Amino acid sequence: MALLEVEDLTVQFYTDDGVVRAVDGISYEIRAGETVGLVGESGAGKSVASLALLRLIRSPGEIVGGQIRFDGRNLLECTDRELRDLRGNDIAMVFQDADAALNPVYTVGEQIAEAVRAHGDVTDAEARDRAIALLERVGIPEPATRYADYPHEFSGGMQQRVVIAMALACDPALLVCDEPTTGLDVTVQAGILELLAELARESDTAIQLVTHDLGIVAELCDRVLVQYAGEIVERAPVEELYYDPKHPYTVGLLASIPRLGADSDRLATVPGPTPSLVDPPTGCRFHPRCPYAEPACARRHPPLVETDSETPAADDDPGAHLAACLEYTGDLEDGLDYEVLVRNETDGESHERERERTERGEPE
Amino acid sequence: MSLGRYVLTRVLVTVPVLLGVTALTFSFLHVLPGDPIDVIVGFRTVSPATEASIRAEYHLDEPLWKQYLLWLRDAIALEFGRSPISGRSVTATIGRRLPATLALGGAAWLLALAIGVPAGIVAAVERGEPADELTRLGALAGIATPNFWLGLILLLVFSVRLGWFRVIPPDAPLASLAMAKFMILPTITLGTASAALVTRLLRSSMRRELDAPYVRTARAKGLRERTVILKHVLRNSLLPVVTVAGLQLAFLVDGAVVVEQIFSWPGMGRLLVRSILQRDYPVIQAAVLVIGVSIVLANLLVDIVYALLDPRIRY
Repeated sequence: MALLEVEDLTVQFYTDDGVVRAVDGISYEIRAGETVGLVGESGAGKSVASLALLRLIRSPGEIVGGQIRFDGRNLLECTDRELRDLRGNDIAMVFQDADAALNPVYTVGEQIAEAVRAHGDVTDAEARDRAIALLERVGIPEPATRYADYPHEFSGGMQQRVVIAMALACDPALLVCDEPTTGLDVTVQAGILELLAELARESDTAIQLVTHDLGIVAELCDRVLVQYAGEIVERAPVEELYYDPKHPYTVGLLASIPRLGADSDRLATVPGPTPSLVDPPTGCRFHPRCPYAEPACARRHPPLVETDSETPAADDDPGAHLAACLEYTGDLEDGLDYEVLVRNETDGESHERERERTERGEPE
Repeated sequence: MSLGRYVLTRVLVTVPVLLGVTALTFSFLHVLPGDPIDVIVGFRTVSPATEASIRAEYHLDEPLWKQYLLWLRDAIALEFGRSPISGRSVTATIGRRLPATLALGGAAWLLALAIGVPAGIVAAVERGEPADELTRLGALAGIATPNFWLGLILLLVFSVRLGWFRVIPPDAPLASLAMAKFMILPTITLGTASAALVTRLLRSSMRRELDAPYVRTARAKGLRERTVILKHVLRNSLLPVVTVAGLQLAFLVDGAVVVEQIFSWPGMGRLLVRSILQRDYPVIQAAVLVIGVSIVLANLLVDIVYALLDPRIRY
């Protein structure tokens, strides 16, 4: 049994423009100790899907369907008390924008110690010691002194470390990181990612990493879920996703990673705007932006199937490569015409992979 | 900057402010039409010799700046001279009136906070629910009701009709049970509008804070909702309330003129009105100083509470 099983999760927001299905029937699993990336553009519903795990969706939003099973327990049926025991203790969250995520009027030490006290029968002194140890673990210099400092006395990167320390307060089995490096300098980002990678390696904490940055995913994750317009459109082990992306949207995302010395002189992007979730496109939600779209794409909604066997994504084999595109149900006449170029750079130790869409021509 | 140094600077800043307040009122009073001598002699015609001696007694023959400095010298020693109208010591008069006003204003202020803060919290948390609508109606009524009307109605119903309270203050010391009982109606009269104001202000401030990301962080830690609201949200929501509560404190102490009149309360408000009508310069001057000091002190208090509530505020 997986640690976390999300089944057909649907979250709606009631806005003046209409009902927005920010998360529309997504299903996935995370096993103990595994790091899973959830990627997609802004507005794809990644953050909403993550907040839903702790039932932190507030009005006007609402979880309207599905199941979230953690250790076999359905979180959507928990009482408030059970939910409180679970939050921060079994599932903890690392929020984006640490400056806003920390309460400005309490010391960082108190905000960590508070999380310790909330779930353990500890004295104030023990909670304090634990908080100092956590500050040290996330790499804050002079943790005992910094304990009494306020969030505004820390840099952005250090604030993010504090937020991580807070989430680690009770050794959670699952850590949900929502864009943990957004808004940080690249060098600071690297430090935070290293810290997360270390956590993923050293403890058996499972991590759900939400990001729009495929570079981060490549560094940290075992498996990747690609979310588009509230749905999961591709799921694969990280290597397979990079070397053999199956969904045209994933291809577009990968092609839009900027790189030095690229052959093209302009940045590749996924063309067109993200669709309105009040009135999503019919059929495949990606078809208005898809270079390979055919008439069938506007009519038929592609199911998430295994790409080589065309069977539905019913089995829970974590190594399976799934995609939601009519290509894999045999309904596409012309097929997908793109080619993945893997370019090994010789300068330095890194191997840079590169993908480029070729002109429409010979299928692979 | 440490909290101690911050407080010290705030205190030091009040000195020039107070000097400015006294200098301004001093000059305003002396540009008013009419000659203080006429008031002192009761608008009778007096011989130039008598007039000169009175001018000398009140230092009215000196240049204005010198009059001000002389007054300031005495004021520092809390010596405000005698009222030319009543012939009594101004210091003694204020000493008798000020405690009564402080007691009533303070009680009304506490009442306003005791009602306004919990009502504001409930309204914010229960947004759109019956409790929110109820406090909204209550606050609207509280703000819209003129306090002279409320005072008269309370007096009419509870003192005249039902006979639960006296109509005028009992002949008892301020700190007595009889006096405390009498103060109930004027306290309600004076505190209602402030309570309504605090309720609405705290509600809107908390509504804004409730959507802040740190509130979600607090919930994600598994804290009780009560802790989230009272520890995390409330403290961040209090700043605007503290500003207004500080000004209200000064306002309640100084601005109780009407309520003091209705309940025959022997406070500063009635003293000030009477002394203005009578052109009783030494009393006006001293009363204005008291008001100035109270507002400056209230602001000082606000600044200090700010710094205690929010560590980011250390100018």
